[in-house]
Amino acid sequence: MRYLAYIFLIIGIAQGCQSFDNRTLPILGNREAVNGDTVYHTIPDFAFLNQDSQLVTNETFAGKAYVADFFFIACPTICPKTTKQMLRIHDHFKNEGRLLLLAHTVAPKYDTVAALKKYAYNLGVESNKWHFVTGDQAAIYAIADDYFSIAMEDPEAPGGYDHSGRLLLVDKNRHIRSFCDGTDPKDVDRFIVDIETLLNEK
Amino acid sequence: MKNKLTFACFLALFGWCACKETPYQHGKIMYTNFCENCHMADGSGLKGIIPPLAKADFLQKNKEAVPCIIRAGMKGEITVGGQTYHTEMVGIPKLTEFEITNIINYIHTSWGNNLPPVKHPDVRTWLKRCEKNTKPF
Ligand code: HEC
Repeated sequence: MRYLAYIFLIIGIAQGCQSFDNRTLPILGNREAVNGDTVYHTIPDFAFLNQDSQLVTNETFAGKAYVADFFFIACPTICPKTTKQMLRIHDHFKNEGRLLLLAHTVAPKYDTVAALKKYAYNLGVESNKWHFVTGDQAAIYAIADDYFSIAMEDPEAPGGYDHSGRLLLVDKNRHIRSFCDGTDPKDVDRFIVDIETLLNEK
Repeated sequence: MKNKLTFACFLALFGWCACKETPYQHGKIMYTNFCENCHMADGSGLKGIIPPLAKADFLQKNKEAVPCIIRAGMKGEITVGGQTYHTEMVGIPKLTEFEITNIINYIHTSWGNNLPPVKHPDVRTWLKRCEKNTKPF
């Protein structure tokens, strides 16, 4: 009887480990049922300009996953912290061709292509890995919503803009699979594990 | 009598705890509120954009300019630890001489920095000097 219990215990542990190995991330956001199929929240079409004046669209990320966030250069509050964590992710996945980064400015009035170029250059990163994009302010603020983020102009806010510091993981089907608080290095540790899990999905 | 004794013990314990804390507790709180967003909790800054305060040679060499930087900001190009930086830091004019002194002393004794403390009257003199030539850099 005792042996039986041990055997079950071992099977249970083995089973548990196995399901951990094949762990998949959930698809986040609202879902709808259309004709019996589930339709998941999807990042809509977009078109912005990056630090090298290249057009960046959904096609830029075809077949790849990416991490997105919102920031602005002259930001006196959380942005340096979130950018620092983005840089950590950048360095961690430097040689991983299936992961890119996408930072949207919420202050396109000031953060021109030239300004973004200088910023990326100072950080020492390249546009084929990490896109810093600018564009139509209304389009950026609208898409922030789709990334579960806040972006708005607010004269009362420090630096004149209000935005959240979330980092979001988008898969090759344009679905959001994970996110974290970009100001909290511990939360980003967990997020990096999630990115690895996503890249290991079949 | 017994109550008084308990109270005294508590007081002694409290004093002991308070002394064990970082010596520049007030400076630490002010740093968290006014500097940490940019220079980071560990003083490491942000590569290429915001210079570090941890083990920064700049702090050592420009001791007298630091109070002015805190109050009036800076925007020229500087080199810290072999890396050049050229981003504007906006000054924080509302900080008092006392607060600036405490922040500097917190920085001077944190993250591997081992710089001597600055004194309030010196900070006052250095700030006076910076009022005259507006910005040090
Ligand atoms: C909005 C971001 C920001 C905040 C907040 C900020 N700094 Fe800075 N700081 C900078 C930048 C950017 C520079 C580099 C300026 C340049 O390139 O000319 C700098 C430079 C410095 C320097 C000289 C360079 C070095 O690394 O030694 C010191 C000292 C300094 N800051 C201290 C402080 C202190 C103390 C506070 C808080 C009272 C503070 N800063 C708040 C962004 C900031």
